Amino acid sequence: MSLLTHKHLLGLADYSEADITTILDTAERMKEILERPVPKVPTLRGVTVVNLFMESSTRTRVSFELAEKRLSADTLNFAVSSSSLSKGETLLDTALNIEAMKIDVVVMRHKSPGSPHFLARHLDSIIINAGDGCHEHPTQALLDMMTLRQKFGALKGLRVCLVGDISHSRVALSNIIGLKTMGAQVTVCGPATLIPRGIERLGVQVTHSLDEAIQRCDALNVLRLQLERQEAGLFPSLREYHQYFGLTRRRLEKAPAPLTILHPGPMNRGVEITSDVADSEHSVILQQVTNGVAVRMAVLYLLAGAKMPSTEMKV
Amino acid sequence: MDYKVKAVLVDSAGFARTITRLAHEIIERNRGTERLAFVGMQTRGVYLAQRLARKVEEIEGTALPVGVLDTTMYRDDFRTALKQPLVRVTEISFDLYNMNVVLVDDVLYTGRTVRAALDALMDLGRPKRIQLAVLVDRGHRELPIKPDFVGRNVPTSINEEVRVRMTEIDSEDAVLLVEVQQP
Amino acid sequence: MRKYANFDEPARARNLVLQGVRAVDPERNLDQVLDLHIRDGMLSVAPKEIPADADVLDLRGHIVTPGWFDLHVHLREPGGEVAETILSGCQAAMNGGFTGVACMPNTEPPLDDAGRVRWVMEKAAPLPVDLHVVAAATRGREGRQLVEMSELVELGVRAFSDDGKPIADTAVLRHALEYANMLGARIFEHADDPDLSVGGAMNEGEWSTRLGLPGIPAVSETLDVLRCILVARYAGAAVHICHVSTKESVEWIRWAKQQGIRVTAEVCPHHLLLTEERCREFDTDFKMNPPLRSEEDRQTCLKGLADGTLDAYCTDHAPHAWEAKAQEFDVAPFGVVGLETALGLAFTHLVGRHLDLKAMIERVVYAPRRILSQPLPAIATGEPANLTIIDPEGSWTVRPDEFRSKSRNTPFKGWELTGRARGIVNRGFAVIKEV
Repeated sequence: MSLLTHKHLLGLADYSEADITTILDTAERMKEILERPVPKVPTLRGVTVVNLFMESSTRTRVSFELAEKRLSADTLNFAVSSSSLSKGETLLDTALNIEAMKIDVVVMRHKSPGSPHFLARHLDSIIINAGDGCHEHPTQALLDMMTLRQKFGALKGLRVCLVGDISHSRVALSNIIGLKTMGAQVTVCGPATLIPRGIERLGVQVTHSLDEAIQRCDALNVLRLQLERQEAGLFPSLREYHQYFGLTRRRLEKAPAPLTILHPGPMNRGVEITSDVADSEHSVILQQVTNGVAVRMAVLYLLAGAKMPSTEMKV
Repeated sequence: MDYKVKAVLVDSAGFARTITRLAHEIIERNRGTERLAFVGMQTRGVYLAQRLARKVEEIEGTALPVGVLDTTMYRDDFRTALKQPLVRVTEISFDLYNMNVVLVDDVLYTGRTVRAALDALMDLGRPKRIQLAVLVDRGHRELPIKPDFVGRNVPTSINEEVRVRMTEIDSEDAVLLVEVQQP
Repeated sequence: MRKYANFDEPARARNLVLQGVRAVDPERNLDQVLDLHIRDGMLSVAPKEIPADADVLDLRGHIVTPGWFDLHVHLREPGGEVAETILSGCQAAMNGGFTGVACMPNTEPPLDDAGRVRWVMEKAAPLPVDLHVVAAATRGREGRQLVEMSELVELGVRAFSDDGKPIADTAVLRHALEYANMLGARIFEHADDPDLSVGGAMNEGEWSTRLGLPGIPAVSETLDVLRCILVARYAGAAVHICHVSTKESVEWIRWAKQQGIRVTAEVCPHHLLLTEERCREFDTDFKMNPPLRSEEDRQTCLKGLADGTLDAYCTDHAPHAWEAKAQEFDVAPFGVVGLETALGLAFTHLVGRHLDLKAMIERVVYAPRRILSQPLPAIATGEPANLTIIDPEGSWTVRPDEFRSKSRNTPFKGWELTGRARGIVNRGFAVIKEV
């Protein structure tokens, strides 16, 4: 029986407070492993993990790959350029073909929301969502929460503000869902054109003033601005965006107390965040990266390290 | 799982005497406390290691380092165990290099956990020597592992278990022989 | 009698008695338990005596109404025969209790000239189902040049549509309305503002936000409904709004009717019975266009159907092959099948709750034919038998594997329904299932 109540990690939407706490606690243990002289344990020996990345991603893939190697899993990278998808094969056929090679875990990144859910219905493998379009990016939100918990001790009652393009951000959605589950207060801040409809139904506050948001939060998670949103006419210019929604030292100085700054990366320095903020003592951006490996190790251990349901029947 | 106590193998006073004897044996075998350290295996091995360290300090006047080891990530049964084990803290805040490490556990049984612990220790550093101290050896070894220091040898049958209770987390110090009722 | 249960070679209704049925014909003020005798396809109501050599089917407890007509189906032929053919689609109609369907022209190639339309008509001619072809409104459904409407009207076409998408250019819409009106035909508009709905996969709102799916705003439909209403008024023409799904669309159509503007509209079972949160498992059988909307939209559509603001109950039967739907939610095509569930859903969830049987017959028998200027079937002696036979108490489970349609993409799979189509009589044939 797994310590988690789930077979897959498709998103945080169906993970309970207890599940998330288990992951974060386990991730702290994993972090200790990463600091050892030999930062590798034999736990997932014999487990094969496929990193199915159908959308370009460097840091998430590298982070997963490192986590897999630290746990001694056999890993296989399957990137879009080397895949059959460009030859007109459907996602399902590609996935079934990979699974036929006897694999245990699929870590997947795909541009379509719900594609991990779709594969979970058709495959026996454990599916871990590494980002599905504008839907969820659960391990990113977990590592953000781990970083916040290290800084503040607990998430309950913590006031977190997500700044930027909320509409197209899987990081934002997973953070909102996860933080709300853990009892944090969440505010989203961005131009009206980048705040999705019905977001308040998820229990978050909405503001279009970054200065106002700064007055009432403990931590700011600054989202990457996809530069192509400007071409889509969602905001007038990068210049105006930076002036009204860019995080600068000057803005932060008006905060009643120093705020902790997170960014999922990669950063557009000088657009959504200035270097003096990104590199300041209150920035935990590099800590996030370290925690990312630990969180992914924890998720892999908890999902792939449990007994398979089929063998459970025999006992 | 329910269990029925068949016998109290060691009571509170006996427990203290066993710790004292083990501490003396460890000092004697190592000819003092030079480069000596304890590493306790989660969970009760940790408390045993702390008690042994305190006893050694009483006898020799030197405080020895105590480390905490969790072997979960090194287990060989993680995908067949009925319940997935929680990963607990590993904390060894001293350098293992060239140390004489006494690995401490409460009950020695198949030897598989000790195997996991040895692998884990090797990844954490390169001790000069590793010795094994256990409170109870109940037999039924599945691996070629032999303890260096034994509090008590207890021959058991396969459906019996040895339960070590310690005041740090239980209501008493005791070693019990119990019969496990399979659910 | 087994010979009437044959979908592949339908039996002739040469000398057939439907015994003990409750015949309901609101136009004739008929609602009575009686026998119906069909000889060579012609009806005799409550005959004085039953010929000794007649095939007698004991149908006590069944309801017989004039034949149901589905105003909006996609039969996929030519071009999409993997998903449906004219034959399989018509068999699905028979199985679902429909004696007539209006098929949309978004085939490959589209039905935009007399040759292609005649080809479809000829394929359907030997079948027990009246197939009315809705021709494309513009050549290639490209929204620019009108099709040769006069020639098509001569063939029998009474409706033109670029369904699947709107006639986005308002000048083209105006000309289509004016030209069709001159011919006594009608434009069917798939109401949508493509600039607003571009890229969308489901209704825009809380659930599209929760699921990270691109949204189709309700206003993109409503805006086009209003545009059609205003242009139709200006042109003095009639317009028909396909598959209405939003609260505001219903409200504007109600307003337009009060103004005397010649607008008609239709609504589908999925918009009456399902809402947007059904997409939560990313099951593409809940993906259709227009998308499932909010509960408020659904309730307003139910009211619109009940009060007649929405004239017709139709399915937007849109078959897709399994492999097409077994894709990522945003990649999979829009559409669900409906022919074989519409009647059961109506009897389980609509009739007796939101409208009575008489009103239901108006929505699904008369209104569709009026909109297409077709003669109305009647349960009267001397009339051609065009009948739907319903077992109102028959309970069943929706099992897509049992569909006659070649496709299985229904959002109602597994639903328990009470009331099912038992069979049809039309064009001299009788197709009546065994129990």
